[in-house]
Amino acid sequence: MNRLRRTLLAALALGLARPLAALAAWNKDAFGAKTPGDALKSLGVAGATPSKEVVIDAPEIAENGAVVPIEVSSAVPGTTALIVVIEKNPFPLASRFDFRDGALPYAKLNVKMGETSDIRVLAEAAGKYYSATKEVKVTIGGCGG
Amino acid sequence: MQRREFLRLLALAAAAGAGLRAGQSEAQAADELYELAPFGNVSLLHITDVHAQLLPVHFREPSVNLGNGLPPHLVGEAFLKHYGIAPGSAAAHAFTHLDFESAARRYGRMGGYAHLATLVKRLRASRPHPLVLDGGDSWQGSATALWTQGADMIGAQKGLGVHYMTAHWEFTYGAERMLAAVKELAPIQFLAHNVRTLDFEEPVFAPYAIPSPNGVPIALIGQAFPYTPIAHPRHRFPDWSFGIQETRVQKLIDEVRAKGARVVVLLSHNGMDVDLKLAARVRGLDAILGGHTHDGVPAPVVVGKTLVTNAGSHGKFLGVLDLDVGAGGVRGYRYRLLPVFANLLPPDAGMAAYIERVRAPFAARLGERLARSEALLYRRGNFNGTMDELILRALMAEKDAEIAFSPGFRWGTSILPGEAITLEDVMAQTAITYPQVTVSELTGAEIKAVLEDIADNLFNADPYLQQGGDMVRVGGLTYALAPGAKSGSRISDLRLSGKPLAADRRYKVAGWAPVREGVEGEPVWDLVTRWLRAQKTVPAIEAGRPRLIGVGSNLGVP
Repeated sequence: MNRLRRTLLAALALGLARPLAALAAWNKDAFGAKTPGDALKSLGVAGATPSKEVVIDAPEIAENGAVVPIEVSSAVPGTTALIVVIEKNPFPLASRFDFRDGALPYAKLNVKMGETSDIRVLAEAAGKYYSATKEVKVTIGGCGG
Repeated sequence: MQRREFLRLLALAAAAGAGLRAGQSEAQAADELYELAPFGNVSLLHITDVHAQLLPVHFREPSVNLGNGLPPHLVGEAFLKHYGIAPGSAAAHAFTHLDFESAARRYGRMGGYAHLATLVKRLRASRPHPLVLDGGDSWQGSATALWTQGADMIGAQKGLGVHYMTAHWEFTYGAERMLAAVKELAPIQFLAHNVRTLDFEEPVFAPYAIPSPNGVPIALIGQAFPYTPIAHPRHRFPDWSFGIQETRVQKLIDEVRAKGARVVVLLSHNGMDVDLKLAARVRGLDAILGGHTHDGVPAPVVVGKTLVTNAGSHGKFLGVLDLDVGAGGVRGYRYRLLPVFANLLPPDAGMAAYIERVRAPFAARLGERLARSEALLYRRGNFNGTMDELILRALMAEKDAEIAFSPGFRWGTSILPGEAITLEDVMAQTAITYPQVTVSELTGAEIKAVLEDIADNLFNADPYLQQGGDMVRVGGLTYALAPGAKSGSRISDLRLSGKPLAADRRYKVAGWAPVREGVEGEPVWDLVTRWLRAQKTVPAIEAGRPRLIGVGSNLGVP
């Protein structure tokens, strides 16, 4: 994980992950969509194949729903983008990361979650989409034995 | 080999059940229970979830422990039958709730560090260099632990010769105290791989140790309670993150194997159901020595090549895992979960003197007799114990509330009918660092949401989504519960004095143990103490239980 983080930092420094380009290409319709279906449609995603190559590392139960740390990565060859969708959030599309050739498709981010929800991550490679899903539980807390 | 070994262990458990026959002396009974032939070349002695009980206690095991009907979800007669333990025997008393009052009078109190110390010394005499492991929840659960911030227990752990520990409730003293206490612990080493800083995921504590007793390198990986920041006030350790961290467990197993460990053991505070799932999903663990769920499980559950144990609570048991380890790893094992009968193990003089000394400043105050109980008082079980009923009555009466909630903790000792209830007894049910009593106005819908949330923490089909406590205790309310239903639809038929609860009406609800920051309120022990003094006598109390839906006979219910 440390190696990946360093690689990502290096990638950012080299501009490989082109965060500015992503900002410039802000997809208002997708990020403003109120359902996962509308968000993905606005991104031009028609469908995705479930894949074990797409990995989501997230807590089983959120320690703090306001800041849920998740790690997403793809081992699908030629991955050029990772899309993070929190199914039950009011605005389900949380992030889209674009990766230039050679950049490791890996990102670590904090997301806000109002309730227990599936997190869906899609990897884009050669115009096709591959996906994985993981549920993160958000609880009131207390009463832990 | 595993299967044959397991059957042999069952036979041993049966033998333990036959102990304490009429006409047998205490020394003979002790020999029968505690004289274990040495085996192999590595021995691990395991205590867990002592909840700061320095002195011997009564602790009634649960009569309701809903689950799949397999260990650890066995209670009462089903438990005895599964392990071949004779009804009415000393072992039957140690492991089950059956006939609790008369068996408790017959076999006496259990646990206590002076008696534990004697047992550990006895085992040391026959086993070279056993490692003594403490699974955590040692520094919380008594007045003296609360008032010394765990220092009384640290002294007892040192006296017992503990080598390694991990933790859960210990964290509720706060980050600063934890860091200082871990230093005071030396030479005992504190292990917790799954406590990391929130910002850069740096380890806060040592993740593992690889001692070599008898020249055999054995790795011990510490796993603290994964949901500590969810179950308790997170603001007391705001910079630390926990979690099960299955991926990291695998990475560490591989790492310690690469360093030459011939045995790899997880000292876990996950809870037994979580440990069983984890054992099925990682490779290379020889054993998980577990705690948290307070399951006294006489024989390990074997998952693949991993032994999964749970060593009960309150000092009642000492787990003994003997391993025969060769160049290629573990070749064989023997496991016993020894019940610690105070009557059969004379107190160790050094430990007894230590306990008396550390209790001296508080003993007179704690001994105050607040009321006499005509009831058998206990807490443990999925639903309201009689002690919870007492606390709920006190909360409703003192706060003039229609409804009361009390946490479903699994710790808290038992009191026999005719005994006095002392301040020490009240503290054994309530001694936490966030004891404030709260009064809230909650709508019927909000009350249902709270019950649903907690029910999901207990009954979610995925063990990784369970937190290991019992159901919140409720006073004033009745309800129906379908444990097997989907999240959010387990609770129904909520009633107050027989009338359906209105979703939009507000009700006055008393409770305690808020996890939010900055909540003001009287410590619950003051309220309960005041109420008990006024009662003078506590009459017989019925334990409460929701109407259960869809629960068959094989779900850990008698």
